[in-house]
Amino acid sequence: RKNVEDFTGPRERSDLGFVTFDITADILNGKNGLQNFWNKNTLIIFDWNVKQLFLYLSAEYSTKNNALNQVVLWDKIMLRGDNPRLSLKDMKSKYFFFDDGNGLKGNRNITLTLSWNVVPNAGILPLVTGSGHVSVPFPDTYETTKSY
Amino acid sequence: SLDFLDDVRRMNKRQLYYQVLNFGMIVSSALMIWKGLMVVTGSESPIVVVLSGSMEPAFHRGDLLFLTNRIEDPIRVGEIVVFRIEGREIPIVHRVLKIHEKQNGDIKFLTKGDNNAVDDRGLYKQGQHWLEKKDVVGRARGFVPYIGIVTILMNDYPKFKYAVLFLLGLFVLVHRE
Repeated sequence: RKNVEDFTGPRERSDLGFVTFDITADILNGKNGLQNFWNKNTLIIFDWNVKQLFLYLSAEYSTKNNALNQVVLWDKIMLRGDNPRLSLKDMKSKYFFFDDGNGLKGNRNITLTLSWNVVPNAGILPLVTGSGHVSVPFPDTYETTKSY
Repeated sequence: SLDFLDDVRRMNKRQLYYQVLNFGMIVSSALMIWKGLMVVTGSESPIVVVLSGSMEPAFHRGDLLFLTNRIEDPIRVGEIVVFRIEGREIPIVHRVLKIHEKQNGDIKFLTKGDNNAVDDRGLYKQGQHWLEKKDVVGRARGFVPYIGIVTILMNDYPKFKYAVLFLLGLFVLVHRE
């Protein structure tokens, strides 16, 4: 939504997107419809061999420059024993949402998905995508003033 | 009686050659298994030891990671990659934060350690802003905790390494007898 010099990367002007979001997820009960790798019949995700989940919210979109872009906007480590229900409101992205170029302006289809990496005590490291994702459009013009 | 001694000496030599061949076979088998792993996983280093705390609390120093690097597996955010920075030997284990992939499959991506506050741009080579497929040693598919601490100890304390090798040599000799 803004065309700003990407001060973290190459010194060219790139689109910087600002997104606020709510996340509601019920990890323990598997309402996100995933297949648990260790117990295919139950929907318990935090079993004896799960040390933690690394959750991340990623935005996926296409631009003229790049067929596929993925940007992690937010992440969180959920240890076994932590509250498995997430109910976050009005969150701002943890990381700068810079595009590689100017592909955010007028981009109608940015898909936000919540995924997680299961970290076991020992064994395989699966990446799981939650069911349920949101499409977000970006406006056609840049914002010139913004209180963020 | 001199003939008898010759016999004994000859037998010992034959036994010695047998031991050496046996040992050589063990070493070759180990190498073949390692090379086989390299082929199956597509990675030049299918097993690596975590050297820093930048991925805590998931991985700690001394944990062992099992990697694959198959071209058919595309690099996506959230994956844990092991990469080398041009000109540096030490591989780094971090997570993919951002990817930009072209139609033809060319990809550039940014990484960050879970336990670090900022992304890895500061770690890359001067003027380098992205990592590419060629920098990747492999993707972490599985892990075992603690076991790699032996290699770290051997690296940091050479005396320990010699002790281990000495004990191994002793074991082989004693066992064969």
